[in-house]
Amino acid sequence: MSSPPSRERSFQFGRLLSSLGPALALVAVYLLFAALEVAHNHRANIQKPAVFLTADNLRTIVAASAVTGICALGMTIVIVSGGIDLSVGTGVALCATVLACALVKDVDPWLAVILTLGTGCALGAVNGITISGLRVVPFIVTLGTMTAYLGAAKMLADNVAHAQTVRPKVIDVGSPNYADNQVPEWLKVFTSTREKALWPDDDWFPAAVGPAVEWVRFPVGVWLGLLLSLIVAAVLRYTVFGRYVFALGSNEATARLCGINVPGVRIAVYTLAGLFVGLAGLYQFSRLTSGNPTSGVGIELKVIAAVVIGGGSLSGGRGSILGTLAGAALMSVIASGCTQLGVSNSLQDVVLGVIIIAAVTLDQLRQRRFSGA
Amino acid sequence: MPLLTATRISKRFGATQALDNVSLSAERGRVLALIGENGAGKSTLMKILSGAYRPDSGTLTLDAKPFAPSGPLAARQAGVAMIYQELNLAPHLSVEDNIMLGRETSSWGVVRRSQQQPRVRQALEWLGHPDLSPQAIAGELSVGAQQLVEIARALVHDAKLIVFDEPTSSLTHRDTQRLFDVIRRLKATGLGVIYISHFLEEVRTICDDFAVLRDGRSVGSGELAGVTEDQIIALMVGRNVQDLFPHVPHTPGEPILSLRQLSGQRYPREVSLELRRGEILGLAGLVGAGRTELVRCLFGLDAVRSGQVKVANLALHAGPRERIRAGLGMVSEDRKGEGLAQSRSIADNLTYSRLAPYSRWGWLNLSHRRAAVDRWMQQMHVKARSQEQTVQELSGGNQQKVALARILHQQADVLLLDEPTRGIDVGTKAEIYRLMGDLAAQGKAVLFVSSYLTELLAVCDRIGVMSRGQLKEIRPAHEWTEESIMNVAVSGEM
Repeated sequence: MSSPPSRERSFQFGRLLSSLGPALALVAVYLLFAALEVAHNHRANIQKPAVFLTADNLRTIVAASAVTGICALGMTIVIVSGGIDLSVGTGVALCATVLACALVKDVDPWLAVILTLGTGCALGAVNGITISGLRVVPFIVTLGTMTAYLGAAKMLADNVAHAQTVRPKVIDVGSPNYADNQVPEWLKVFTSTREKALWPDDDWFPAAVGPAVEWVRFPVGVWLGLLLSLIVAAVLRYTVFGRYVFALGSNEATARLCGINVPGVRIAVYTLAGLFVGLAGLYQFSRLTSGNPTSGVGIELKVIAAVVIGGGSLSGGRGSILGTLAGAALMSVIASGCTQLGVSNSLQDVVLGVIIIAAVTLDQLRQRRFSGA
Repeated sequence: MPLLTATRISKRFGATQALDNVSLSAERGRVLALIGENGAGKSTLMKILSGAYRPDSGTLTLDAKPFAPSGPLAARQAGVAMIYQELNLAPHLSVEDNIMLGRETSSWGVVRRSQQQPRVRQALEWLGHPDLSPQAIAGELSVGAQQLVEIARALVHDAKLIVFDEPTSSLTHRDTQRLFDVIRRLKATGLGVIYISHFLEEVRTICDDFAVLRDGRSVGSGELAGVTEDQIIALMVGRNVQDLFPHVPHTPGEPILSLRQLSGQRYPREVSLELRRGEILGLAGLVGAGRTELVRCLFGLDAVRSGQVKVANLALHAGPRERIRAGLGMVSEDRKGEGLAQSRSIADNLTYSRLAPYSRWGWLNLSHRRAAVDRWMQQMHVKARSQEQTVQELSGGNQQKVALARILHQQADVLLLDEPTRGIDVGTKAEIYRLMGDLAAQGKAVLFVSSYLTELLAVCDRIGVMSRGQLKEIRPAHEWTEESIMNVAVSGEM
């Protein structure tokens, strides 16, 4: 017999509240730092105006989390499927290097972008095929590919640009030798918070809406990222592939029993994650306008932290895009807030570590209470 | 004077009243059977006895003294030992280490093996198994031997009362007899025993008294000698169950599945059989005879070495996907580990094997799926708050209904059911037998693997007996008896 509608409704409401957890936490922490900054200024008798709760700062925070965020979209899919990918950090650096090398060699920019994304997919496919074929745990396989990709990036930089970091020429529009410019304009402003990227003039919008609109004047890259997040979230929830990913993560044996093509889904998952690695490489290049093979080391841990803070379980079968985005933004907010308060970098890392443990513990407690176990 | 009494114990979890003024008493030197459907409150009561939970109200006494353990360790130290269905051994440690775990004979932190070993040997000998070596690694023993190790541990810890929770569900017939011998010895030394089981014939063999729980309440107790099985079932289920094994008339038709000399990596070994439409074919045998291996090979989950499987000509090396497309469906014996994705919803689990009707170009029409799942849940009487609930929150019987619903939803013509009624209450079992009969009447073929001979004899048209990977004999059900089946099943084992 099916359940009465009122019980079903309260059940759904409970679940909705539960899935909004990380987002609510994000808002709370953001407001907390805003309040702390005011208190700090007051106590230290600093006459500066409060900087944290401004549109400019928000833009900086969001742009800073772009690379991690894009990468985390792919990582969410991997973690939900019960796997893990440690190679995303060095993979991002490798893709950024590929893009840089292509631009340095005067390859057509759009072709260079396609090459970068293709490289990302290839990196992911290598992971997926190795994991499925060799039947070795993803942790170990991606630990190996992480190191291999770092080496590959260094070799590439060495062979193509004969340097440790690949720097295509960046020349501003007004300059006399603009013809030598190797980085397209749109790529320069893709993740930049300096340029008024999205719309040119202050009076594009009527004066009344102006100030409000400032708050969402994010660079193009961020808007693209948000669009992709919506798409990935929809794929995970509304497609057959999405269901199979969750099934695989929840119980691989059951997935096999139900006739799901387990190796196929797994390879697809890692290749898709690789696509996002390629995209993140693009974002990384846009931020640094150079391809540095070592610029990715450590990103993978931030990316995994974002997914986990957002409610993803490393044992598979649980995770959400909204949570992941909240997790990525949360880390960025904490970094920015700590800096405003004058907290040293090392202490920031300690704070971040504590937050990660706290977030996961809270999430587990919530899970246990809601499931009534 | 009773060894243990529980008086008006109540326990509530959120909205569920798990126990409502439950009382029972266990005597020294007697075995008390605790009977009840899944969800009746047996596990909760046992967890309270073993100190894992505290009751909201009510009292316990052990040896006429108040008994309110602060935790499992306190309960064990007071003399109450639990032998759980999923055994609690450290598989990498030796038998001796497991038995002495928590009570090692040591001085200054160093284990005194020379003092420990005689105690361990004595316990094993007393249990009638001097042949079990204390140095054997626990994980490598058979399930029956592992259970003995747990009992030995309880004895060494000076248990006064031992509680067995569904002890025979994974035991071979021989091990079950050994267990009963051990329980008789425990009785003779004045220990009290509480025996929780679904198998009423066993309960009658080994137990003296009974207590029945239903929906968290005590509904009956007394001596077993004075009640019939039907009366006990009536207490358990709350209604007069005239028919434990509802029969739906059906006639076998033409063959739909045929195996010729099917061999897997180890088991099965050259099994040939034919399954007909409208037939329920039972597969009996001891635990480890190769029945599950046969089913897994059939379904493409395990590698096939040689032989042929034909459902209108199927390729040999096809995996579960092709089998499903050809009309085969399988319910795994391992409901938790393989049969269902525990953390996923009922709706997901029900439809994983056939999402095509709800998808267009890969995109799902969730409302369409919701309607279909609702219909299936109604048809199979699955009790749940919502179809989005995770499967792990359901009772064993409801979980099994979801697993069955999945292969029906998949439109399977040949149903391979591996221990479908294991760990399920009597009421749901009857529903499943009726369902199998209905399916046969619709012209489907059912392969029914079970270790419970009574149900095989009552429900099947033909029964095959396996031993050591081979199909020894296959006869119409009415030509078998429990004894003759056991004889064939053990024939290869000596």
